Amino acid sequence: MDASMQAAANTSRVKKSPVLNATRRQNPAAYGFLTPWLLGMLFLTAGSMLFTLYLSFTNYDLLSRPHFAGVVNFTQLFSDPNFWTSIRVTFIYVVVSVPARLIASLLVATLLSKQVRGIGIYRALIYLPSLIGGSVGASIGWKKLFDQNGPIDSILQLFGIHGPVWLGNPSTAIIVLVLLSVWQFGSEMVIFLAGLKQIPGHLYEAATIDGASSFQRYMRVTLPMLSPIIFFNLLMGTIASFMVFTQVYVITDGGPMNSTLFYVLYLYQQGFQYFHMGYAAAMSIILLIIIALCSGFIFLTSKFWVNYDV
Amino acid sequence: MGRSKSTLRLSLRHLLLIIITFIMVYPILWMFFASFKPDTQIFSTANLLPTTWTFQHYIDGITGGAGINFGPMFLHSFEISLVVVVGALFSSSLTGFAFARLEFSGRRFLFGFMLATMMLPAQVVLIPQYIIFHKFGLINTFVPLMLPSFLGTIPFFIYLMVQFVRGIPNDLDEAAVIDGCSTFRMFRSIILPLARPALITISIFAFYWTWNDFFGQLIYLNNPRLFTVPIGLSMFMDNMGNTQWGDLFAMSIVSVIPVLIIFVVFQRYLVEGIATHGLKN
Repeated sequence: MDASMQAAANTSRVKKSPVLNATRRQNPAAYGFLTPWLLGMLFLTAGSMLFTLYLSFTNYDLLSRPHFAGVVNFTQLFSDPNFWTSIRVTFIYVVVSVPARLIASLLVATLLSKQVRGIGIYRALIYLPSLIGGSVGASIGWKKLFDQNGPIDSILQLFGIHGPVWLGNPSTAIIVLVLLSVWQFGSEMVIFLAGLKQIPGHLYEAATIDGASSFQRYMRVTLPMLSPIIFFNLLMGTIASFMVFTQVYVITDGGPMNSTLFYVLYLYQQGFQYFHMGYAAAMSIILLIIIALCSGFIFLTSKFWVNYDV
Repeated sequence: MGRSKSTLRLSLRHLLLIIITFIMVYPILWMFFASFKPDTQIFSTANLLPTTWTFQHYIDGITGGAGINFGPMFLHSFEISLVVVVGALFSSSLTGFAFARLEFSGRRFLFGFMLATMMLPAQVVLIPQYIIFHKFGLINTFVPLMLPSFLGTIPFFIYLMVQFVRGIPNDLDEAAVIDGCSTFRMFRSIILPLARPALITISIFAFYWTWNDFFGQLIYLNNPRLFTVPIGLSMFMDNMGNTQWGDLFAMSIVSVIPVLIIFVVFQRYLVEGIATHGLKN
């Protein structure tokens, strides 16, 4: 999922090849090659999106025929306290975990950017949680890690801290999920590492000659040079965080007292547990709008802090 | 003076890295060692290492000794993941080749559409897809989990393929076209063999995303006989008031082994693949 989104940022144009120019348009052959994808696009992607839009105006329950219900789903959603809870919980999660992951990945990437012995091992081990962290297996381990008197509590006790009932307490349950998200900063870190390698050394030399301290060099050279990558990681991290599901389902399932009722979890409950398909469809349309608005907002602000001239 | 200062900085760097690495791997290590502890020790001891080692959790989990049999679930997960790999290779190579090498009407629009779908949240299309598969009576089969991959529903793979094929020099296939080679021959005999690195990357990602996928398997599979590993693990945890945590940890560890093997063997492809895709502009 992560990687697919990363790629989305790299739009580029189809380059004209001499073969293409030399030969006539190859419509029949090309559409032959495209048939599987075109079928998928028509029925599973574009068609489905339109179907979702239609369903969001019906009261479809999978058993009876869909009845057109106008904007009832939407008005009902806006007066549904659980809907607002899920929006609030998800926003808190996005606003806390995305920057936390960005900072962690940037700092660790900086630490790893100088050639040190065993760098490959450090890098691989730090990346490891990102590889498995989204799986059910890792989520189960994470859940038990924060059990009452579990390993985290025993570690805290070494420092004389009495841990809260992490998962039993509405104000701390979400912390466990945020920490799980931060634990998986590896793919951002790898992207930062690649970016750090590409900063030309002469910029640092020039800054040093001008008398910049290492902290100033970091603030004035490294960060601006990395800003396109920070932008990219911020955008992709935000989109991915809105859609978090597996970890929530496994670790808290929305509880305690709806304190971790994430948006996609609530959508899942409405659609696939209560079979309120129309309601869930309306929720997914709203999710699409929220993600589009947030991405648009990040794009807009990027004008002020992303540095593309190099 | 300068030398000892830089040695100090280097040691400090190592110390920091060791602490960070330890924090990162601790949860995994804890679960790993817990899977070898007898039930009475798992939560009663703060020790990382078991004082007595037992392999019973692994045996019980795989053979069904503790009520739930994970053996078939691993087979199901493998079956689905391998078929998805085949489907992803099939659809992305065909589509990627057409976008990268062929001229046709509507190409720019379709390519733009394909790129746009990369940002689409899966949940937006999941509900109608579920309804379609429901109508065809395909709930509780593996078809909904496998079929979409043959229809190119993961645009990232197509994108990867397009990028790679564009990098293959045109001379070869130009010569082939002049010699009267058909478009399909050109694809099969020239482009496909040269695109092997891209095909390997696609296979790795397709396998491990499918292996770790949960949402799709959760909605399409309700019959315990068809359960996959992620579903089995989550149900096993929910259903039993008296969960056998040792068995569950053991099976969780086994469930991440394929991903770890892929990571170790293809580390370069994965890590550098992610890094370069994120950066190319």
